[in-house]
Amino acid sequence: MKMLLPFVAVMALAAAALMAVNVANLHFLFGVIIPYIAFAVFVGGFVYRIVKWASSPVPFRIPTTCGQEFSLPWVKQNKIENPSTAAGVIIRMALEIFLFRSLFRNIKAELRDGQKIVYGSDKWLWLAGLAFHWTFLVILVRHLRFFVGDVPMCIAALEHLDGFLQIGVPMLYITDGVILAAIGYLFIRRVLLPQIRYISLPADYFPLFLIAAVVISGILMRYITKVDVVGVKNFTMGLVTFNPVIPATLMQGNGAFFFLHVFLISALFAYFPFSKLMHMGGVFMSPTRNMINNSRMVRHVNPWNYPVHVHTYEEYENDFRAKMKDAGIPVEKE
Amino acid sequence: MYNSGKIIPGIIIFLAIVLFPFWSNLGKANVKPEPKIDTPVIQQMPVEERKCIEPKEFMKAGHMQMLNDWRDSVIRDGNRVFVSSTGKHYNMSLQNECLRCHSNKKDFCDKCHNYLAVKPYCFDCHIEPKENKS
Repeated sequence: MKMLLPFVAVMALAAAALMAVNVANLHFLFGVIIPYIAFAVFVGGFVYRIVKWASSPVPFRIPTTCGQEFSLPWVKQNKIENPSTAAGVIIRMALEIFLFRSLFRNIKAELRDGQKIVYGSDKWLWLAGLAFHWTFLVILVRHLRFFVGDVPMCIAALEHLDGFLQIGVPMLYITDGVILAAIGYLFIRRVLLPQIRYISLPADYFPLFLIAAVVISGILMRYITKVDVVGVKNFTMGLVTFNPVIPATLMQGNGAFFFLHVFLISALFAYFPFSKLMHMGGVFMSPTRNMINNSRMVRHVNPWNYPVHVHTYEEYENDFRAKMKDAGIPVEKE
Repeated sequence: MYNSGKIIPGIIIFLAIVLFPFWSNLGKANVKPEPKIDTPVIQQMPVEERKCIEPKEFMKAGHMQMLNDWRDSVIRDGNRVFVSSTGKHYNMSLQNECLRCHSNKKDFCDKCHNYLAVKPYCFDCHIEPKENKS
């Protein structure tokens, strides 16, 4: 059920798009209005979530320390895994964001021969995760050729590199294969490992299915069903210049796949700020990674501290000096 | 809001990146490329014969696949005869067949290819048609 529900939801979205375009002729709604709304929801929701997170104080220094902290001069500090400077934190964050450093530490516990528990490094999740995220980024950047009038060199170069193998025509993109394999691994891992399946929720399967559907619809369009790419660029450029046009070539034949692709992406964008996909912004804000471990050098004051009335010993003695003397208790001031 | 000194610049960078397609196209018109088919050879043909070897829609979507098949057929099998869907025979040759009519690479091929930043490697080996540079 946890798997079926998101699957049905994604299928329903796809069917809705195909029906709307093929039967009801809602090209303008599905091609222009919904993408605009989805994009606005994405940008607005993203900023809203970030601001909401930023309004929670993080009063305590809670970096996860993964190495020797700054100490005496002859003790060698691990400057990246336990940073005491901003530069160290920047390197640490860069490793986390670009190379998923903490996932690289992933280990697996396993019972061997009945009772013996062994721990081993488990890099497959790291590898598939890295492959998935990087290829997704490359695919996203590659798509900018549809959104920029004169395609900049760097985007063209990236696309050229992606088609480096020169297999078939149109040239097979390496990322198309890699992202399918990576999504496949991430999905199979959730299904096959009983522990992972137990903790997986519909909110884990839904983005996976949705992204898979986006990728598959894109691949179909490029290699099999074909679409009028000049019309596609004319359409996307219309969107970004706020002068929407829907070329006639997209309204007939296999053009429906294009609207399906656009609608699924719109769904992904609109869903983004309300889901776990917000880890895109969240990774920058995780206090266990982005804090300098300097609690022994800098005093960090809890921002919600209220003034506490303090009754010092001096005041206490002033209040009770006479009685203390009578009882024979020594006092500091006569 | 806490750490606004870092978070506000972060949000600004985020907005600059995601809104890139919008601000980079500000004030630009959306011009659709129109490949020209008015070369001298085509002009000389009678109007009813001004047809490509296959229907326009097919050529638009499948010309790259066809050229690839031609290459394999000529290089690997030595077969230079293409039989079109209407049963006509053509010489499988980019330079001698396609470019005979479409001698205006800059105004024909490059129009759409440049628009979409597609860089086919046809002319890595083949000779580009000589065009009168205007």
